[in-house]
Amino acid sequence: MADTRRPLSPHIQIYKWQVQMVTSILHRATGIALAVGTLLVVWGLLSLAAGEAAFDQFKVCIGSPLGMVLLVGWSWALFYHLCNGTRHLLQDAGAGYAIPQFVRSSWLSVIVSLLLVVVVWACVLTCGGAA
Amino acid sequence: MSANAKDLRNPLKRARGFGSAQSGVGHWWTQRVTAAALILLGLWFVFTVLSLTHADYATAKAAVAKPWNALLLILFVVTMFWHAVLGLQVVIEDYVHTRWKEVVLLVAIKFLAVLGALAGVLAVLRIALGV
Repeated sequence: MADTRRPLSPHIQIYKWQVQMVTSILHRATGIALAVGTLLVVWGLLSLAAGEAAFDQFKVCIGSPLGMVLLVGWSWALFYHLCNGTRHLLQDAGAGYAIPQFVRSSWLSVIVSLLLVVVVWACVLTCGGAA
Repeated sequence: MSANAKDLRNPLKRARGFGSAQSGVGHWWTQRVTAAALILLGLWFVFTVLSLTHADYATAKAAVAKPWNALLLILFVVTMFWHAVLGLQVVIEDYVHTRWKEVVLLVAIKFLAVLGALAGVLAVLRIALGV
């Protein structure tokens, strides 16, 4: 029979917050957000195929204040998942496993993803008018 | 012979390569391959959407109808849904501990992903073929 007095691993609130934990949790969270965002891609393609009226309606929706907030959120989720996913692929190949490298690449994922969001939205806004 | 003398596993077990989980590394490997593809396809998608940010309906439709764009969009949609299902599957397996809810969710995301992928592909084909 199982010995019920055996030690359990401590739950998440026991640990001190570290950037490696945050990047790992964010990878999952952004992945789930992006899975929902796939529906936006399909909606856009369907409206483009359906005709000008449907496409204009799609543009009004994503150009509304709520739509813009969601788009900014999704763009960061995409860039974060892209940066951190690339980091995980490199780690799967055996690179960057020393703890200082692990911490440094965690910060790199967060910072580069934020920079990419700024660059992309600067491009959108400087090209004139709102999306 | 001498190297295998202490191996208690049947050689057939090793040859099949399915391990104790009975499904091998297929899920893990497919997730990485689709991730690698999505680095390229995702960056291409972002550039394409950015170039069309302020485009009108006719311009956007003509861009999607270009053979290379249509091909890459179809690849992007299929790979995106495939990768999303593999990721969501792991999340559901990790956090949903009631067996029937877990199975219902696992089947539901597969249904939704196939529906979304086919809808997206059909939309691109309608635009590309002008029907």
